[in-house]
Amino acid sequence: MSLDTTYQGRNFRSVGTRPLRPDGVDKVTGRARYGADFNMPGQLVARILRSPHAHARIVRIDTSRAEALKGVKAVVTAADLPDLTEGDQGLFNTLENCMARTEVLYDGHAVAAVAAIDARVAKQALKLIEVEYEVLPHVTDVDMAARPDAPKANGTAPNIAKQTEFGHGDVDAGFARADVIVERSFLTEQTHQGYIEPHACVASCNSDGTAEMWVCTQGHFVYRQTCASLLGLDVSKLRVTSSEIGGGFGGKTHVWAEPVALALSRKAGRPVKLVMSREEVFRASGPTSATSIDVKIGATKDGRITAATAHLRYSNGPYADGWAEMGAMTSFACYDLENVKTVGSEILVNRPKVAAYRAPSAPMAAFAVESAVDELAQKLGIDPVEFRIQNAASEGTRSSYGPVYGPIGIGPTLEAAKAHDHMKAPLGPNQGRGMACGFWFNFGGQTCTDLNINADGTVTLAVGTVDVGGSRASLSLIAAEELGIDYKDVKAVVADTATLGYNDMTDGSRGTFSSSMATISAARNAIEVMRQRAALIWDIPVEDIDWEDGHAVARGENYGNLPPLSVADIAAEAGTTGGPIAGHSEIVADGAGVSFATHICDVEVDPETGSTRIKRYTVIQDAGKAVHPSYVEGQYQGGAAQGIGWALNEEYVYGEDGRLQNPGFLDYRIPVCSDLPMIDTQILEIPNPNHPYGVRGVGETSIVPPLAAIANAISNAVGVRMTHIPMSPPRILAALDREKAG
Amino acid sequence: MVQVTLWGGLVPLADNQKTLSVEAGTIRELLRKLQERYPGLEGPIRNEVAVAVDGQIYRNDWSQELPPDAEVFLMRRLAGG
Repeated sequence: MSLDTTYQGRNFRSVGTRPLRPDGVDKVTGRARYGADFNMPGQLVARILRSPHAHARIVRIDTSRAEALKGVKAVVTAADLPDLTEGDQGLFNTLENCMARTEVLYDGHAVAAVAAIDARVAKQALKLIEVEYEVLPHVTDVDMAARPDAPKANGTAPNIAKQTEFGHGDVDAGFARADVIVERSFLTEQTHQGYIEPHACVASCNSDGTAEMWVCTQGHFVYRQTCASLLGLDVSKLRVTSSEIGGGFGGKTHVWAEPVALALSRKAGRPVKLVMSREEVFRASGPTSATSIDVKIGATKDGRITAATAHLRYSNGPYADGWAEMGAMTSFACYDLENVKTVGSEILVNRPKVAAYRAPSAPMAAFAVESAVDELAQKLGIDPVEFRIQNAASEGTRSSYGPVYGPIGIGPTLEAAKAHDHMKAPLGPNQGRGMACGFWFNFGGQTCTDLNINADGTVTLAVGTVDVGGSRASLSLIAAEELGIDYKDVKAVVADTATLGYNDMTDGSRGTFSSSMATISAARNAIEVMRQRAALIWDIPVEDIDWEDGHAVARGENYGNLPPLSVADIAAEAGTTGGPIAGHSEIVADGAGVSFATHICDVEVDPETGSTRIKRYTVIQDAGKAVHPSYVEGQYQGGAAQGIGWALNEEYVYGEDGRLQNPGFLDYRIPVCSDLPMIDTQILEIPNPNHPYGVRGVGETSIVPPLAAIANAISNAVGVRMTHIPMSPPRILAALDREKAG
Repeated sequence: MVQVTLWGGLVPLADNQKTLSVEAGTIRELLRKLQERYPGLEGPIRNEVAVAVDGQIYRNDWSQELPPDAEVFLMRRLAGG
């Protein structure tokens, strides 16, 4: 049955409540099984040998001494992962990133791997692998790499790998009309998603050509597809089960070591467990881009922006992708601009392959643009919220990336910020307040669910989107709502790849948005089956049966004495009325709609140390309909917390030798609880017209405004415009010193 | 006849045409005709595009009907986190 996705404006009974999360007890008691918690009899332990050079040619690899070591069961190099990619450049890049072929392209690039009976032997074996390198010139800085005389980061490909332009109007004419122009350059350093659980998997290749993998991932169906392609397996022969996930934030949407684990298992003929160390996670699994961005915005005295331009250079690691392009699309998306032009340049550097990180590429662009917007408002003497309200995009605005907007939510978030008591709270000495807006696209995608009515009338909901942020609770609420039963009677599980149809990954803020659509569809299908079964039980036409509050109800004067049948009543008769009762759904969930947020932040800066404390933080964002408000608040708070770390402390530090200097949480400082205030949230509920319950994705947009909101707050606190993220104590002191020096 | 605007990365593959007119009733028909006209677009259309129809972005549902005067943008298929 096709699903009518139009918003229905119903009164909710379950949706919008805050029941206990179904995975909570297991997680707080330590029983939840994460990637590294899975084990198999006879499994081997894998370790990976990684390049100590930022860029080098592999002259020779000799694995013979490692292979001869007692306890070593397999050693693999690129020769064991032949190129089966048939000209698919993206897939080839993934393959080469998993295991270097002729060159190592960054510090930490894998060159060989071993599987041994235990970790001690595996580690010993790595030392016996001889790799002869011819060291090549390297470049790790995004601006240095863009220079014409820079060393090439990957073969003969130009470091400026791609350039894309967006915009409309005549920016020169627009700037000519401006009374005030702000023009600045901004830098952001490379950061990691910082998920607490490292990449981990157990791979088991069987002698009959089938294989299984248990893995920590945001998308087990996509991992299956990619690994099967790289290993030359039929997709049906590889079964992938996802574990609980200790954070992903985009970093677990890409395969890193899983194909290597499968190759080792295939060679050894035994299961292989591969768990990355924290150092490996930093050195060799996807950070986000470092960026260098030039922004120019002009406005009239009365506060109307006349033109805006941005040139965004994003580091991609050694492989060209589209990270700058996404930055260019999102940079001015909050505003109604007559004349706008953005250029995104993808820059190759000898750093790890860049991966998605929560609203990928948007936070850095927002940092640059929202900083310039704030400065422009100051120069014009206009309140920054009012200035943004005057220039905000609305329905009918042509977006800076092309299409005309339908109904959108930036206006309401700004009006809510204007009215919020946070904006009126007094500030103390050395304190400053900042605010900023953020935009992200959100999307849906291919989604499949099964809803099974059990013999006792309880419901098992099998979904294929990995639960990264509470979707099992939210989807149980959705199923309960649609069926008209209690939340406690629904149990949602994430099914493996052999038991459910294909699902796209949990990314793009799509998990609850798309799987809720599929759940509603599956529940409606199950209700149809239950109406038919009730018709058989009562021996009346199905057309005379309605579904109300979890019961089949006979309609009509002749049926007045028939008591309604509950789900349990119908399920009890399933065997005699046609067998098991289930609802199935496979959909493409388009219509996610774009998303906006406004954040407000108060900081206090110690002028002696340059240290910044976040004193107060407020997130305002549209959720469409908050299915489980506690989880929505958690998403808002989580994005803000990550943004705070990115803004104040986190950065990859590379030495002159091209090696990462701080691959650990002691030297790469993510925020901990004591660094953060309680982050306030305000959920706006402007229904998404393209979802039956009005739901929007909420997972990513909250990381977009923090960099700019905090930069604006610090700039207001210290009186110096901050243009380099992270705004760590030394960087703030240096900015103050420069200001004093004039 | 719908007006189609290509994102910057596709323009060189379509004889440097940024805006095109195509007779198409659905997204699928539109994409097929674009590939026929500009074979270089075949790879990106297969792997990299999303389609905005009157502001609504579609990543998968190529059966969507195109209103006669629809404004259509071929956009990069976005990654999420």
